[in-house]
Amino acid sequence: MPIEMEALQAIWLTVKLAASTTALLLLLATPLAWWLAWTGSRWRVPVSALVTMPLVLPPSVLGFYLLVALGPDGPVGRLTEALGLGVLSFTFSGLLIGSIVYSLPFAVQPLQHAFEAMGRRPLEVAASLGASPVDAFFSVALPQARGGLLTAAILSFAHTVGEFGVVLMIGGNIPGQTRVVSTQIYGYVEAMEYASAHWLAGGMLLFSFAVLLALAGLRRHDARVLP
Amino acid sequence: MGILFALLAIPAAARAGEVRVAVAANFMAPMEKIVPLFEAETGHKALLSFGSTGKFYAQIRNGAPFEVLLAADDATPEKLEREGRGAGRFTYAVGRLALWSRQAGLVDAQGAVLRSGRFARLAVADPKLAPYGAAAYETLGNLGLLETLRPKLVQGENIAQAYQFVATGNAQLGFVALSQVQADGKLKDGSAWIVPASLHAPIRQDALLLGKGKDNPAAAALMRYLRGDKARALIRSYGYDI
Repeated sequence: MPIEMEALQAIWLTVKLAASTTALLLLLATPLAWWLAWTGSRWRVPVSALVTMPLVLPPSVLGFYLLVALGPDGPVGRLTEALGLGVLSFTFSGLLIGSIVYSLPFAVQPLQHAFEAMGRRPLEVAASLGASPVDAFFSVALPQARGGLLTAAILSFAHTVGEFGVVLMIGGNIPGQTRVVSTQIYGYVEAMEYASAHWLAGGMLLFSFAVLLALAGLRRHDARVLP
Repeated sequence: MGILFALLAIPAAARAGEVRVAVAANFMAPMEKIVPLFEAETGHKALLSFGSTGKFYAQIRNGAPFEVLLAADDATPEKLEREGRGAGRFTYAVGRLALWSRQAGLVDAQGAVLRSGRFARLAVADPKLAPYGAAAYETLGNLGLLETLRPKLVQGENIAQAYQFVATGNAQLGFVALSQVQADGKLKDGSAWIVPASLHAPIRQDALLLGKGKDNPAAAALMRYLRGDKARALIRSYGYDI
């Protein structure tokens, strides 16, 4: 059986969502992980707990609160409406916000571990050689933490691909806009189209196996900086 | 003395059985009213699971312990019966569709709001998965509005989710099951248009006694109870035709 148009559309949308989420998350998570690794602030523990929460919360909880928050009476919804963006639920941007929240710990934690494993020493050496903190960050810290960066990218991407509950709650199941692979599979199963479900679900199995293989390879390559 | 009474009470309790029921999401509210009456009258207990009919079908085929299915359609029970997984099929409710908004006055009694365009999102249930979703598409088609409104449609995977989109205000309007927004013959809140039954094929919801419940007196009692006058009156008060 050939793979159907709607499945291809869902795959493309999933890849787009996972790639955008990963790119934005790396921008957001790197400074956050840096701060968490070095700060002596009393906010460190509560912020760390907040960042970790998506790991333990059921996606239905996240999805429900996102739906309420993005809605016209929610804080985010009021803000986006005031900015002229309208309500973001049922849009790609809405899914992107949801995915960033959902995958945040998967980006922050490997980076934080990598920064912590590196220690302060390389930065002190860079400073003693006259490097500015910004220069030291980009030419010393980031290259040292590349294993953590790569792990963060792979995990964010893979975790977003695997997202289900959040999209189900805030997505609205619109083909080409919010219907991703996981909800497409769910739809196939519910509609009793088991052959199509097998194609797509089997593909997901192979994909996640490949991701874990890649991670194992990385871990061997650079055991020191990986969690 | 207390222990003696407790011992004497056991045989009566043992005769009362338990029945596991899979209930379509749209029938949640009436079923939660029917069950206490059924339990009080028969002494049996009913354990309810709510979800979509398609999911129940997959679960039943894979050994789920349900004994009675109250589906959102008539096709799924018929299919299960053909596959030898159940018997005793009958229509326990005929669903009615409603166009609903939680805003008072937004939906008029003729559904003209659909033409006004005074809304950004119209929630429906997935027509492939939910009979109420299929009925909503059919209604829009018969009104000649399907193509103009298509960009505004957002789909829930079942009717409970379509309701949730409207109830949280993320969609201004939505096609939901009348039973979700009506109780005791009255609209609970917001505004609604009860879609005339002539605009879509009837949403026949069938019950099926599943193989696992074949020899369970509690399951047979529930099938009987659903056909009784008391249950029917209650089902009607939620806006079903029966």
